[in-house]
Amino acid sequence: MSKRIDVADLDVYYGDFLAVEGVTMAIEPRQATALIGPSGCGKSTFLRTLNRMHEVIPGARVTGKALMDGQDLYGADVDPVTVRRQIGMVFQRPNPFPTMSIADNVLAGVRLNNRRMPKDAQQDLIEQSLRGANLWNEVKDRLALPGSSLSGGQQQRLCIARAIAVKPQVLLMDEPCSALDPISTLAIEDLIAELKSDYTIVIVTHNMQQAARVSDRTAFFNIAGTGKPGRLIEMDDTATMFSSPREQATEDYISGRFG
Amino acid sequence: MPVTTTPPRGVPDPAPSRADAGAAVRAASTGRVASRVFAGLSTGAGLLILVTLAAVAAFLLIRAWPALSASPEELETVSWFTGGSVAEYVAPLVFGTLLASVLALLLAVPVSIGIALFISHYAPRRLAQGLGYLIDLLAAIPSVVYGLWGALWLIGQLDPVFTWLSSTLGFVPLVADYQAPAKNIMSASVVLAVMILPIITAVSREVFLQTPRLHEEASLALGATRWEMVRQAVLPFGRSGVISASMLGLGRALGETMAVLMVISPGFLFSFFLLRPGQHQTIAANIASKFPESSGLGVSVLIATGLALFVITFVVNLAARWIIARRAEYSGAN
Repeated sequence: MSKRIDVADLDVYYGDFLAVEGVTMAIEPRQATALIGPSGCGKSTFLRTLNRMHEVIPGARVTGKALMDGQDLYGADVDPVTVRRQIGMVFQRPNPFPTMSIADNVLAGVRLNNRRMPKDAQQDLIEQSLRGANLWNEVKDRLALPGSSLSGGQQQRLCIARAIAVKPQVLLMDEPCSALDPISTLAIEDLIAELKSDYTIVIVTHNMQQAARVSDRTAFFNIAGTGKPGRLIEMDDTATMFSSPREQATEDYISGRFG
Repeated sequence: MPVTTTPPRGVPDPAPSRADAGAAVRAASTGRVASRVFAGLSTGAGLLILVTLAAVAAFLLIRAWPALSASPEELETVSWFTGGSVAEYVAPLVFGTLLASVLALLLAVPVSIGIALFISHYAPRRLAQGLGYLIDLLAAIPSVVYGLWGALWLIGQLDPVFTWLSSTLGFVPLVADYQAPAKNIMSASVVLAVMILPIITAVSREVFLQTPRLHEEASLALGATRWEMVRQAVLPFGRSGVISASMLGLGRALGETMAVLMVISPGFLFSFFLLRPGQHQTIAANIASKFPESSGLGVSVLIATGLALFVITFVVNLAARWIIARRAEYSGAN
């Protein structure tokens, strides 16, 4: 239930503007890969190209290759909807559907895939997904309440439960803790450590300690200046990246000299 | 780094620099007076609403009272009066008013939601803008023009449709026994539907456009198609807005006079034969048609029917608020 992604020479454009240039990267299965870098360097943009969410923005397009276990994510006959069903996403701010109960939020993605699901199978899936997101014990008595009644950190874990309920191959996380307090952040980080035994995880983070704590591999993105495209500077095992990076820019960034 | 597509907001002008402290003090004190004047004006405007509402209600009650308290014998003296009491007279009118408006709403709401969704989520931006203007233009057409259009053109177009409906689905009482020309309540409702379409569409479109991008993306990221995203994120978010829009439309349909007056052939029955002429009449159209030939107690009876209309619109609005408030905790607001 987890696949590798290979990206080769990927450019991302917004209209005529080249936002990210020439990314080549291997994302290993059952590992957490962290994307770090200063604001505007294109790491979130790049993350969104992995499940084609960038296509939501008018004029956004991609050249280059992105393969998931050899299957071209940008093949002519590949529907972005199918890609997103295999590559789940968790956003910067918790976004449970406000009109749905906690239980319905978990089932939201599954209901898209197959309408009819026996009641007890639904119950099992709700419990399994919420347990998987470390939320079950907190919400098991109030599954019928709206998702927006939870705290921010709980909402974010509900979003993770919703994402893993459809059993994706890959889980993308776009700064999942940036809107959360330290305790909730810790809960999410513990969860990531558990999830990576089942899923390929790619996480964008502004927080270098977080990257060091949760990821196995780290990729550093940087930007030469405003209006210039973001680039992948280097990528290595997290331990190596934080102890002896090859590039000066990486060293400057992780030691807090800029960014 | 979320990439925003919205254009940068206009930068406000920097505060004018003041020449000296005295000018600053003077500016501040005139500012305070202006602020007090403005507060007074806006409070007055707010009170004006209450006063107007009370004045209308009082007028209706006082002027309807002679009819409400009149004996059946006295009411007999009004040439066009039917039934034994004012309540008996107004009941079929209330029925006709509600029937015409509800039918219009049933026809208009699905179409409006469709147009609003097309404009907000499907159409290319330029087309959406043009279509939006067109809808607003539709709202600006005077109702008497709609009446003319309905009476002189639409009725002719509906004739074959009604003939077909009545002959194929005639076993359903609702559409049985169609009689040409189509001066029936269904034609009136179609005209009303066209009239309330713009307001429902415009309000729904605004609400749909306000769907948080986060919720739309949540849905898309789960692998929703555009239609599934609309059903999962946009429609639930816009639900209360669509209800408000429908109630606005219903309010307009309830009070509409000219279009109904010119299209329908009136009757005073509790009838569900939608395609027969001479079955129904609405309160507003009835007032307009009877008022020129009425005096004394007759006017009072008409005002009493107006009071009934007033109460209906009040109840409709209360119901709408109740529906919206009932699921407030599920709304997109929090």
